[in-house]
Amino acid sequence: MSILVNKKTKVVVQGITGSEGTFHATQMIEYGTNVVAGVTPGKGGTSFKPEKGKAVPVYNSVKEAVQKTGADASVIFVPASFAADAIMEAADAGINVIVCITEGIPTNDMIKVYEFVKNKNTATHSVRFIGPNCPGIITPGECKIGIMPGFIHKKGKVGVISRSGTLTYEAVWQLTNLGIGQSTCIGIGGDPVIGTRFLDAIKLFNEDKNTEAIVMIGEIGGSAEEEAAYFIKKHVKKPVIGFIAGKTAPPGRRMGHAGAIISGGKGTADEKIKVMKECGVLIAESPADIGRTVEKALKKIKAGKSKKGDVKKSVLKKIKKIKKSVSAKKNDVKGKIEKKKASKKTVKKKNKK
Amino acid sequence: MKIHEYQAKNLLKNFGVPVQDGVAITSIEEYDDAVNSLLNRGINQYVVKSQIHAGGRGKGIVYSKDNKHEIVVEGGVKFIGKDVQKGKDYASKLLGNILVTHQTGDEGKEVQTLFITEGLDYKKELYLGILLDRTVSKNVIMASTEGGVEIEKVAEETPEKIIKVWVDPAVGLLSYQARELGFGLGLEGTAFKEFVKFITLLYKAYEVTDASLLEINPMVITNDDKVIALDAKVTLDDNAFYRHKEYPGLKDENEEDKLELEAAKYNLNYIKLDGNVGCMVNGAGLAMGTMDLIKLAGGSPANFLDVGGTATPETVENGFKIILSDKHVKAILINIFGGIVRCDRVALGVIQAAKNIDIPVPVVVRLQGTNAVEAKKILDDSGLNLIAATTLEDAAAKVNESLSSVE
Repeated sequence: MSILVNKKTKVVVQGITGSEGTFHATQMIEYGTNVVAGVTPGKGGTSFKPEKGKAVPVYNSVKEAVQKTGADASVIFVPASFAADAIMEAADAGINVIVCITEGIPTNDMIKVYEFVKNKNTATHSVRFIGPNCPGIITPGECKIGIMPGFIHKKGKVGVISRSGTLTYEAVWQLTNLGIGQSTCIGIGGDPVIGTRFLDAIKLFNEDKNTEAIVMIGEIGGSAEEEAAYFIKKHVKKPVIGFIAGKTAPPGRRMGHAGAIISGGKGTADEKIKVMKECGVLIAESPADIGRTVEKALKKIKAGKSKKGDVKKSVLKKIKKIKKSVSAKKNDVKGKIEKKKASKKTVKKKNKK
Repeated sequence: MKIHEYQAKNLLKNFGVPVQDGVAITSIEEYDDAVNSLLNRGINQYVVKSQIHAGGRGKGIVYSKDNKHEIVVEGGVKFIGKDVQKGKDYASKLLGNILVTHQTGDEGKEVQTLFITEGLDYKKELYLGILLDRTVSKNVIMASTEGGVEIEKVAEETPEKIIKVWVDPAVGLLSYQARELGFGLGLEGTAFKEFVKFITLLYKAYEVTDASLLEINPMVITNDDKVIALDAKVTLDDNAFYRHKEYPGLKDENEEDKLELEAAKYNLNYIKLDGNVGCMVNGAGLAMGTMDLIKLAGGSPANFLDVGGTATPETVENGFKIILSDKHVKAILINIFGGIVRCDRVALGVIQAAKNIDIPVPVVVRLQGTNAVEAKKILDDSGLNLIAATTLEDAAAKVNESLSSVE
């Protein structure tokens, strides 16, 4: 299991004929993603031919692509000045998962997009928007929607959510090298207005039976990490491992991502880490320690599960020993045997505790 | 992008927002003309205001540019009244000197532009701010009766004195919301009506200019009940410049760090810091993570530098140039997570760049991803002063070693 996307997901690529769209559509298809359609207004009726695999039909609109192919997810590679429109087009066409890779969309446009997409959610239809300015989402071995390198991932049971691109790859790579696979990894993006926040992704991972632990990689700016931490404290029983980038970032400076800025003394790494720790999130102090912190947390779960088993084993061993000695000393004084039996009982009692 | 008060007021005037009027000058020779042009508009008392990208100007201290311990004058903004010569003397003390406020840091900022404005008589100072509320992804208008002071302080000490109204992006600011703010500020009669007009125009200006922050502190109620922006602070959204072709021209390069400007020419996202270890990273999040790692390794980051996704020989070479122009740099850490880009190619690029320029400090290169092992071998065999690392931990340790070898 996974969240949001899996091998059944049918993907439409908006901007498939542009250079970014072409390159990454090819990569996605090679990974095994079920890319069913492309959209480039004006190029409808043509087709996109990847190096390997079958040709992908190109349509003039997302609506048409959905009608003809049943696409339910979309990935957007169109330039920033057209991206807001592309997201809303996808939402209007009935797409369920919209991933926008494009960087540099004006904030005021995103405010409108956020509201528009939110209002497309009804009792019977759900729309999940991821990004913009993000690497995308991947369910290892099943479906890659975005620009992340596929090979660093491994199928497994750890959910990963992150505001950053390459820092996510770093964390995922650490996990994979430790033999820890991922259920789904989502890059939510570093802009001030994003479709899916930490809180939303945490909720989904919390409900996913196959996700055993959650990694959240945040950074300075805003208060989305804190918001998620309070939810985790109340509702999440799975271990959550966190890292916040930007402890050494100066206030008032935008650190690359439009949203990564400490303003008015708010949104510092220390403040976030403090709240996360208070809410029970296990913090990796160094970016080099993310994988190991997850490993430790997983071992703890395992130890918790197998502890009872270990006790049982040791009790059985003791009983065996006692039985042996009993049979060996069959002819021993009766009282001695009684004593051993009593000790057997106490062991059992301990076990019950 | 931040702009100056006088630029912000010019933008607002285009939308009909009433602002305290004035003339900007960059040399004392222009002073008389500026005063005369105000006189012609019927203005006969003045305020002289330093134009720097930082708040707290009024309470700031002006130091001599030649002697950083010599105080030239106190206050970077002054009400002059009618005395033209007094204003000129004050203006000459500001221009070319260094203004230090609570927002500039100790190094302060050189005053290169002055705004000579009308002096208004007013009875009330109020606060107005418009910005994005990230928690709800909507713009919020904040108003307070505590104008003229630091709003952060008000927010912390008396949050009940800040009134907030969230704007629905689909319909914009509604009249009842404008009234809500006006009543909340305790306004009535003419002032109330003027305020409702003021905030409606101001919000329009915020939206149309694609501002990401618009702060009027203070907004004043004059003795004759006019509502006027006495100060204006505007930050524009760089991402929206494609629809505002004239805005990039508002950039004051004097306000920017020279190295950062140079880096921007190469399309590098560079921010100068005070440390001793330079770093070059692909991706903003990993760049911040790398800075943190340097600190944990016992150094302190000299910069933030995101070279973007590809890390070609050119970007790496330019990155070296920028980092090495900072003389405090004692070691460099290159951290590239090669995803779709192959690490061996990046390694060749690093070597090519390292051959082209003289690098007097040890360089730790950590490449991870596709073909990382091959990349390490290429670096090890290069015969250059490059120290290859594989994991982040390894990189941190090698940075630490390099630093202790330098010291």
